[in-house]
Amino acid sequence: MAKVIEGLFYAESHEYVKVEGDFGYVGITDYAQEQLGNVVYVDAPEVDDEVSQGEEFGAVESVKAASDLMSPVSGTVVEVNEALADSPELINEDAYANWIIKVQLSDKSELDNLMDAAAYTNLCAE
Amino acid sequence: MNNTFYGTLIFELSKKGRKGYSLPANEFKQYSIPAEISRQSPTLLPEADEQTVVRHYTNMSNNNFGVDTGFYPLGSCTMKYNPKINEESASHPAFRGLHPLAPACAVQGALEVYYNTQKILSELGGMSEFTLNPFAGAHGELTGLMIIRNYHIKRGDLKRTKIIIPDSAHGTNPASAAVCGLEVVEVKSTADGTVDVEDLKPLLGDDIAGMMMTNPNTLGIFETKIPEIAKLVHECGGLMYYDGANLNPLLGVCRPGDMGFDVMHINLHKTFSTPHGGGGPGAGPIGVRAGLEAYLPNPQVKKADDGTFYVHCDKDSLGSISAFFGNYAVVLRAYTFLLSAGKENFAKMGSMAVLNANYIKESLKDCYELPIQGLCKHEFVFNGLIDKSQHVTTLDVAKRLLDYGFHAPTIYFPLLFHEALMIEPTETESKDTIDAFIEVMKKIAKEAAEDPEMVKTAPHCTPITRVDDVKAVKEPKLTYKAYL
Amino acid sequence: MAYKYFPQTEEDIQQMLKVAGVQTLADLYAEVPAELKLNRDYNIPSEMSELEIRNHFQALGDKNKQLVCFAGGGAYDHYTPSVINYITQRSEFLTSYTPYQAEISQGTLQYIFEYQTLMADLTGMDISNASMYDGATATAEAMMMAVANAKKKNKVLVSAALNPAVIRVVETYAKYHGVDIQLIPTLNGATDKAALEAELQKGESAGVIIGQPNYYGIVEDLTGVADMCHAQKALFIVNAPASTLAALKTPGEWGADIAVGDAQSLGLPLSFGGPYLGYFCAKEALVRKMPGRIVGGTTDHDGKRTFVLTMQAREQHIRRQKATSNICSNQGIMTLMVTIYMSLMGPQGLKEVNEQSYAGAHYLYDELLKTGKFTPAYEGQTFFNEFVVKTTLDVDKLQEKLLQNGILGGLKPEALVNGQWSTADGQIMFAVTEQRSKAEIDKLVELIKEA
Repeated sequence: MAKVIEGLFYAESHEYVKVEGDFGYVGITDYAQEQLGNVVYVDAPEVDDEVSQGEEFGAVESVKAASDLMSPVSGTVVEVNEALADSPELINEDAYANWIIKVQLSDKSELDNLMDAAAYTNLCAE
Repeated sequence: MNNTFYGTLIFELSKKGRKGYSLPANEFKQYSIPAEISRQSPTLLPEADEQTVVRHYTNMSNNNFGVDTGFYPLGSCTMKYNPKINEESASHPAFRGLHPLAPACAVQGALEVYYNTQKILSELGGMSEFTLNPFAGAHGELTGLMIIRNYHIKRGDLKRTKIIIPDSAHGTNPASAAVCGLEVVEVKSTADGTVDVEDLKPLLGDDIAGMMMTNPNTLGIFETKIPEIAKLVHECGGLMYYDGANLNPLLGVCRPGDMGFDVMHINLHKTFSTPHGGGGPGAGPIGVRAGLEAYLPNPQVKKADDGTFYVHCDKDSLGSISAFFGNYAVVLRAYTFLLSAGKENFAKMGSMAVLNANYIKESLKDCYELPIQGLCKHEFVFNGLIDKSQHVTTLDVAKRLLDYGFHAPTIYFPLLFHEALMIEPTETESKDTIDAFIEVMKKIAKEAAEDPEMVKTAPHCTPITRVDDVKAVKEPKLTYKAYL
Repeated sequence: MAYKYFPQTEEDIQQMLKVAGVQTLADLYAEVPAELKLNRDYNIPSEMSELEIRNHFQALGDKNKQLVCFAGGGAYDHYTPSVINYITQRSEFLTSYTPYQAEISQGTLQYIFEYQTLMADLTGMDISNASMYDGATATAEAMMMAVANAKKKNKVLVSAALNPAVIRVVETYAKYHGVDIQLIPTLNGATDKAALEAELQKGESAGVIIGQPNYYGIVEDLTGVADMCHAQKALFIVNAPASTLAALKTPGEWGADIAVGDAQSLGLPLSFGGPYLGYFCAKEALVRKMPGRIVGGTTDHDGKRTFVLTMQAREQHIRRQKATSNICSNQGIMTLMVTIYMSLMGPQGLKEVNEQSYAGAHYLYDELLKTGKFTPAYEGQTFFNEFVVKTTLDVDKLQEKLLQNGILGGLKPEALVNGQWSTADGQIMFAVTEQRSKAEIDKLVELIKEA
């Protein structure tokens, strides 16, 4: 059973955002990493790139699939998790601890479009 | 196929001072390449004598499995027998040395083969004209989509930038569309795996360039609603594209042109028996209905009133997609096959392939999950073992098949089923071979229940055991330098 | 009537129909709407026996003229060692497909790995893919990769001295892919570097494509081009006929990011234009953006060194509509031919092939000038094994005369004049390979003297 953490916001495309003040840490969910299998590469944007809710911002690659990353929020990338460049498998070890980008949120009301833990748990169970 | 692993690389056989070639003496010694334009870097090119090279590649070939080795039921790839007379034609000395820019009068025989092949394919496909320029199925798809876009552009209709593709389509379809600058709109399948016409209707509008389909679809199911689908797409102003990867079962029964398709490709390496060559060269000729001929890529081969053949470049053409005439030697092979089979055997070819597929399907459906019942065409899809309690996956079944001397079916495609196992036997496999395959598949199902670990760790009898593909990506070794 | 490629007997068919749950073969198509059925014989020839096919091909072959070849233009008449045809006919290689099942495909995977090594080495680049259709489409793929790499720029600069057959394909792909191609004019037969630099400095270009040696056979001085490109974050793409890479300063030495071209010159027969092989090599940093298949080394469960298709997830068959290439195969058996060719020839053989081609071409050039009927088209340029000369003779008549004497004389070179491609009057382009003997060249010159 994939792990879902309370307090995070979830997108249907299996990304999460953990909000701290005006910033959001974006990554893929535990369910997503399970589906992908061994993650071998993360194609992340660069600092200062703009991301928009529902739009592609990169890709994660496993041996069997490459999956686009859709941003759950809009804003500016302020930090990229550099550790994933050398050790993409960190996502398999703990998808929530190993976020992919940190975004300065431009519109916090967008969070209303996302799911809470309970709703996301239901989605994964379907 | 030899189960002793060879594994040596040519670089490891190199020894300074050995030589594997002979050339006449240089008759123009007064000229030499100036130093200022010469290569400075050293090279890894090996030095080996002829026999060492011959043994090296012969030993390597013994670790390979081909259609001539055994049954190769790779779904969607139509791995039929590759007749040997095809090879004789392909390396015929009267064709082998022809320069592609030689004047037409010096290559009349070559052009005649090309022209005749265009004509025969047109009749088999129900099309008006064919080009043999595309190098492969994917290249044909791209070319066909260019024709569709060109058709709209020439009519001054520039807003048609979307193409409809079923969710069960070959993965190449959306990729070809993306390369051609088209936006993909996906249409859903119904429970029986065919295009959902109700889902299609709202997608149709004045921004639709056309629709790509294969029939039978990738599940091996004939799309019986194709006349209605074609009518709907035509009414909205779009063109119908036929992905010819699944043409084989239709031979002798029906033609894409008669189903309402406007543009189609054919894989000569599938339907027309040219060898797959470990990945290529193939050929993906494109056919079009009347009215679209001028849009075919340049160069085009035509026949003059006096019976001679000539090369034509049309100003309305979509442009060129190859430097010359495509994979010409593949055309020589396919033409040989077209002559060999003739109208008598093409009449039966499709039904023989369909018989083989249905026979396997019905024989194995008690062990493997058959998600879509009823008649299939040239191929069908199982969704893994019926008994999933031991967690033996489709990959495990595929690997265990290798131990028994069979190539694996296509696995994990189409994406509609999680444990897809797609089987296509073709018409050239005998009942004896097929019965042996059925027995082994049943045996594997039994092994999966009784000794799942053994199946999960298969193969055990191949030259090598399961490869670590995660390591290959994480620690990339893409040339021999990585081992130095 | 039985047919040799249909093994089922009448009895087999009856038994199988029963298992399939139908009465007749026609019943297998019960669901197909009646109006779609052909219900007639195909209007194509009747089946032919093997003997008849052989005779038919002989008759067709007799309609082709076997000519001594002095034509190039992207396809070169090099020698094919006998070993190549012999080995590539081994059906374990020929009748296999893409090596999805690595455990029974080590032969294919291993030769592709050797090929990647040899091609990367020859071009002076870090990596190579498993090969592509031909040099023209490989160049078009490089163009699309440059644009994908640049993300926000969609212009690619192409030297007008690149082979026009390649330019046409690049332009076709660009038109439909939404890429803006700008041709850089030539100066005395070579890329005008000042014009290139001026265009680059606008900062709009994702890549630059230059032929080396170019279409006119000229070995261009590419000094400084890589820096010009990199200053504007554009990829520098060199298109080179593969055989010359063993002798000339490599794309890697010129600082290229991508090297592409046709490898037909590495032992593949002319075969009326195909199948050939397009090679595609790049710097390591670009590996995940590279189109086509790649084979990598790994180990099996027992720790043995083995090979496998790798980094497939970057490929179109998984990324589907996000794809920047739709290539899902390689040139398979042609890759094997090229690999065997390089293995046999080795460094010395390739050196000799190039020396002889270069020397033969320069001998012909000098002999033509001596006749007084020819003058250099591009004075002062260094050419390799192909060159253009101006002539006072009627080129059509000259070609016709040579043809009647069993010689495929030079081609009429195309050039860009006021934005249009045309063949210039009074110019002819010859190519010479190691297959042309002094006697053949002397005969050509004699015939020209008579003209």
